[in-house]
Amino acid sequence: MNRKTNCFKNSCKNFLWLAIGLLFSSFAFAEKSKYNMTEGVTEFSKQAYDIHMIVLWICVVIGVLVFGAMIYSMFAHRKSKGVTAAQFSHSTTAEIIWTVIPIIILIIIAFPATKALIKMEAPTDADGKNIVMDMTIKVTGFQWKWKYSYLDEGISFLSTLKADSNAARQANPTVDLYEVENYLLDVDNPLVIPVDTNIRILLTADDVIHSWWVPAFGWKRDAIPGFVNEAWTNVKKIGTYRGQCAELCGKDHGFMPIVVEVLSKEDYANWVKQQKGEQEVAEVKNNSEWSQADLMATGKTVYDSQCAACHQTTGQGMPPAFPALDGSTIVNGPIDEQIKTVLFGKQGTAMAAFGGILSESDIAAAITYTRNAWGNTAKDAAQPQDVKRIKNS
Amino acid sequence: MSHAAVADTHDHDHDHKPKGFVKRWLMTTNHKDIGTLYLIFALTMFILGGAMAMIIRLELFQPGLQFVQPDFFNQLTTMHALIMVFGAVMPAFVGFANWMIPIMIGAPDMALPRMNNWSFWILPFAFTMLASTFFMDGGAPAAGWTLYPPLVLQGGQNLAFAVFAIHMLGISSIMGAINVIATIMNMRAPNMGYLKMPLFVWTWLITAFLLIAVMPVFAGAVTMLLTDHYFGTTFFNAAGGGDPVLFQHIFWFFGHPEVYIMILPSFGIISEIIPTFARKPLFGYVSMVYATAGIAFLSFIVWAHHMFSVGMPLGGELFFMYATFLISIPTGVKVFNWVSTMWKGAMTFETPMLWAIAFIILFTIGGFSGLMLAIAPADFQYHDTYFVVAHFHYVLVTGAVFAIIGGAYYWLPKWSGNMYSERLGKIHFWWSTISVNVLFFPQHFLGLAGMPRRIPDYSTQFAEFNMWSSIGGFAFGLAQIFFIVIVWRTVKGKGTTKATSRVWEGAKGLEWFIPSPAPHHTFQDGAPVNDEHLAHVSSH
Amino acid sequence: MSNPETSNNDHNQYYVPHLARWPIVGSIGMTLTAVGAATFMNSETAQTPVLMYLGFATLIFMMFGWFAEVIKESETNMYNPQVDTSFRMGMVWFIFSEVMFFASFFGALWYIRNMSVPWLGGEGIGLFTNSELWSGYEGVWPTNGPADVGGKFELIDPYHLPLINTILLMTSSITLTIAHHALVDGARKKVIGWLIATVVLGATFLFFQVEEYMEAYQHLDLTLKSGVYGSTFFMLTGFHGMHVTLGAIMLIVITVRMIRGHFKPESHFGFEAVAWYWHFVDVVWLGLFIFVYII
Ligand code: HEA
Ligand code: HEA
Ligand code: HEC
Ligand code: CUA
Ligand SMILES: [Cu+2]
Repeated sequence: MNRKTNCFKNSCKNFLWLAIGLLFSSFAFAEKSKYNMTEGVTEFSKQAYDIHMIVLWICVVIGVLVFGAMIYSMFAHRKSKGVTAAQFSHSTTAEIIWTVIPIIILIIIAFPATKALIKMEAPTDADGKNIVMDMTIKVTGFQWKWKYSYLDEGISFLSTLKADSNAARQANPTVDLYEVENYLLDVDNPLVIPVDTNIRILLTADDVIHSWWVPAFGWKRDAIPGFVNEAWTNVKKIGTYRGQCAELCGKDHGFMPIVVEVLSKEDYANWVKQQKGEQEVAEVKNNSEWSQADLMATGKTVYDSQCAACHQTTGQGMPPAFPALDGSTIVNGPIDEQIKTVLFGKQGTAMAAFGGILSESDIAAAITYTRNAWGNTAKDAAQPQDVKRIKNS
Repeated sequence: MSHAAVADTHDHDHDHKPKGFVKRWLMTTNHKDIGTLYLIFALTMFILGGAMAMIIRLELFQPGLQFVQPDFFNQLTTMHALIMVFGAVMPAFVGFANWMIPIMIGAPDMALPRMNNWSFWILPFAFTMLASTFFMDGGAPAAGWTLYPPLVLQGGQNLAFAVFAIHMLGISSIMGAINVIATIMNMRAPNMGYLKMPLFVWTWLITAFLLIAVMPVFAGAVTMLLTDHYFGTTFFNAAGGGDPVLFQHIFWFFGHPEVYIMILPSFGIISEIIPTFARKPLFGYVSMVYATAGIAFLSFIVWAHHMFSVGMPLGGELFFMYATFLISIPTGVKVFNWVSTMWKGAMTFETPMLWAIAFIILFTIGGFSGLMLAIAPADFQYHDTYFVVAHFHYVLVTGAVFAIIGGAYYWLPKWSGNMYSERLGKIHFWWSTISVNVLFFPQHFLGLAGMPRRIPDYSTQFAEFNMWSSIGGFAFGLAQIFFIVIVWRTVKGKGTTKATSRVWEGAKGLEWFIPSPAPHHTFQDGAPVNDEHLAHVSSH
Repeated sequence: MSNPETSNNDHNQYYVPHLARWPIVGSIGMTLTAVGAATFMNSETAQTPVLMYLGFATLIFMMFGWFAEVIKESETNMYNPQVDTSFRMGMVWFIFSEVMFFASFFGALWYIRNMSVPWLGGEGIGLFTNSELWSGYEGVWPTNGPADVGGKFELIDPYHLPLINTILLMTSSITLTIAHHALVDGARKKVIGWLIATVVLGATFLFFQVEEYMEAYQHLDLTLKSGVYGSTFFMLTGFHGMHVTLGAIMLIVITVRMIRGHFKPESHFGFEAVAWYWHFVDVVWLGLFIFVYII
């Protein structure tokens, strides 16, 4: 009896040392490494990180104890040592202990988890008052780009994978991906937000489900067509933060990154002013008559950034999923039909309703380009007014 | 002869296996032959699904697009999962069930032998149909095995074929499960009380119940996809008043019990192997039964932990988080019971025992990451990253598949009459166990560092671990060649010794009282079961 | 040892058939049906799903063959009570699986009415969904959604045809139970009479159901495409109708078997299985009547 307890004590001590050793060696690795979850720059990301670390360590400790006992047993209780097998087959005490202890552990975990979740979904300040949101941004997911609309400012723009990444990701790349800075994690127009501001983010999608995720902010939320999800954030640190779409959304799911630039409040105000200026310019563009050459030049840019993901730069598409525009009857037929196709999209297919995405001048330019590029020789042009007329009819 | 007491050995000439391939295999009603068919089919599908995984890992070996186009990559991911889940793991367990349950409970055969044949023979047809979508316009389904609309509705031709194939798989699974339940409840030999049944039989009884409860729900969900796509219904379309998230609820109401369908029979297999090689009765038999039932019950009320990020109301998120926590408790009971079974035993480490021990450790690691995922605020960070991929491969590959392989080594001598080569078996084990960790452990880091799942190309910061993972993947794949060779040689009796009827020194249970190989018909007149034959006798 | 050649009626032996020729036919039939239907759905030009019909025919051929074999075995006393229990369990669990199939559609209906439609109308977490995407939409059941999918439609009055149908099915359950009691009492003529009554009631139900669908399509503009109301309405009642059809066919089969002198007062599993199935179909209808028509 005595010998047995002694042996048990010894082995316990051994486990303890093993546990501590493992603990420290992995601390060094896990704590400040790029292989662990980021601590991020918001309250949520910090909370998520803390809970993650707590639970990780709880699991490590349980693991060390359980596996330790097992490995000990494998060495001590092997037949080759000449032991004879005991024949006990249950112990109510033991079973109660190892039911109750996990319950306690789970309750301990549940507290911070519940707190963090409530903060995220029903934000209140220290006094229990509802937090007031300073601004609202609507994020819309498209195959395969994001649209950001600043609801209070009337600014909106699209954000797609940056051209150098896009070139490097092709099957026969023209650019070496190792030469690209932030390969696959860079966009043409990042989302710009002010620091230290409560921002409500509304998420929705136009075609399929996407999910908006910037790890440094500590959450991801799905963008679901036909519904609007709500989330909020308050970034504490100026900087550039990157993320990716986190819900499978078709072939280019891996290629719709998210970049957020967090500016000081002054810089942000300046940025807003500048954006408003640009929107005015765009408004003027929408109302003027364009020359064929201008339409073709702008059209190529628009086409390459907005349409080529599906219809390809060569206009060959990827049949049968994505039809070729080169030689297409619609592209070579009456222009109004094509404007309709592009404005209103094709329900149930990946062809989105671009009327809500691009400006009238961009649509006109892209259409003009498709009608006169590759083997297409319609020789006509769509003007922004044509697009407007059909849009409003 | 010790086995004479229970085995019907007096009429060996009566052993008549049907002659001719068609009669023997296509028209068989014999539970052992059908079990063999299931196992061969599962292995074939494992190779096919594994081949797809190899292409996935090849593409992910380094950043950039080298071998497959993004769309095809998504098809591979989707089909890899569907084939592994419905073609490899589930049929393998049904194969074990067919072979072992009648023997373990002293029954002459499965309760409904003709239907048993049908359950199996639907599978090759269904999978041929599913695989044929690769050659269609637009290719195979590419929206992930979770088939979320609206993306899956963009699939084109494959949708109808995939949906009907899933219907057929469902019918097959339901019939198989009905058969298992009827066999266990109705065919036990006299004196084989419920609490004397081997744990493998218990876990399968509960699994069968899960199957019958959730496969029809899955069928319903994909039927709604079908009508949304082809007949203009709007179940999953907000414009008509539906909701894409509705599909996710129905899918996961099926999907979460489904993952336990893939693990409960593994628990059963492990609970057979450990006592044999520890030469000690299973610790806490009754609590094992309750724990299994508890897991099954809880599996119905946790489904939305896969959907924390869809924007559920707070109350829902809290409920599903707490409910998911609870599953750790019965699962923990199982793990502790296995360890206690080993404690103070007299262990030897033949190949099946090695797989079982690896199962306990690696499955538990997978369970731990499951618990982490269950914490909603943290899952907002983990969800749809490689952390999830790591989690479920730990529970599925080093869980379900390891148990299947361990079980195969454990019972192969009984099935074939020949002892496999321990040396090759051990090589297979060590090679697999080391490489599988190289394959899946780094995926935890990738996920934490922010790599989303289901992407064919990634940012350069993820390159190093992906390379490791791929190398581990190829090594693990190659290791399985050993398995195929070992099984083949054992069945053919090449370089092997004859197995005794008991096979393992510490083995208990009816299957060890009949000859090896097990005769074509075992207990024709119902086995007289003595308590000494059994591993578990309910008197404490 | 029992096999077809040495059939015996030793009640201690469990009958294990030796060769199953029908399952493989069934698998082929199933595959033909599935491939035929899928090809047909994908085709823009095909007029008739020939392959699918071929598949159906194969399946029907299989069922006749399979059941004939089972009935022959049963009638030649090859089954002992244990086999009978297996069959019963099989049927019970099969019906349970059917219950779960319907549960998925009832669940969808519940979710749509209590979650998605109110959210679209701006309740609870749907505030911004309504104001940003569907402003003006009320979110009250019945609905074809914020985009008015399928256009205006009218509802079916539950207290006309559906009520009659409820009464019909309820009555048919009673007539079937009377038939069952008669069978236990050995009153064969009476059984056949009540069975025929049951079939007639079931067939009348189906007739009215078709009538109702015609009314819906032609006069109420209520179709499968009437948004989510039409989807749930037709899918639920449609699947139910298919089950009634199947049940009625099974009733006809046991009626014919009765006439041929099958079934014994103490053992008549085939009869009971059909009866259970019919009661199940009945209960589902009650659910439909309450949740689809009335509430
Ligand atoms: C065999 C299959 C299997 C099994 C057994 C499990 C087991 C568990 N899984 Fe897993 N899971 C999957 C297969 C499986 N899972 C799959 C395939 C997916 C992804 C699907 C997809 O999206 O494609 C998934 C995804 C998944 C998610 C969603 C992640 C996401 O997408 O964001 C979650 C979240 O809660 C989860 C949780 C759990 C939990 C809590 C368990 C628990 O059952 C684990 C319990 C076990 C233990 C905890 C270890 C042993 C216990 C002890 C030693 C006792 C003491 C322990 C403590 C008190 C901590 N799983
Ligand atoms: C039981 C289920 C199961 C099993 C056994 C496996 C086994 C494996 N899985 Fe899989 N997997 C899933 C279920 C499973 N997986 C699921 C559900 C998903 C999610 C899908 C989704 O997102 O929708 C997934 C997704 C998934 C991904 C993520 C893809 C993505 O997100 O884009 C990856 C990537 O590494 C992967 C890899 C592997 C590997 C390397 C194996 C290996 O274990 C396979 C090893 C086996 C073999 C290789 C075959 C046998 C070997 C031979 C015949 C020898 C010849 C071999 C060589 C030529 C080397 N799986
Ligand atoms: C996300 C993928 C995607 C993008 C981006 C996209 N399209 Fe399309 N497009 C499609 C698909 C899919 C179809 C086929 C729809 C169908 O099946 O009728 C299509 C069809 C068309 C057609 C009709 C062609 C025919 O022959 O039927 C035109 C014209 C067209 N797109 C123009 C454009 C223009 C211009 C742009 C950019 C402003 C664009 N598309 C961007 C996917 C896309
Ligand atoms: Cu958008 Cu993935
Ligand atoms: Cu789950």
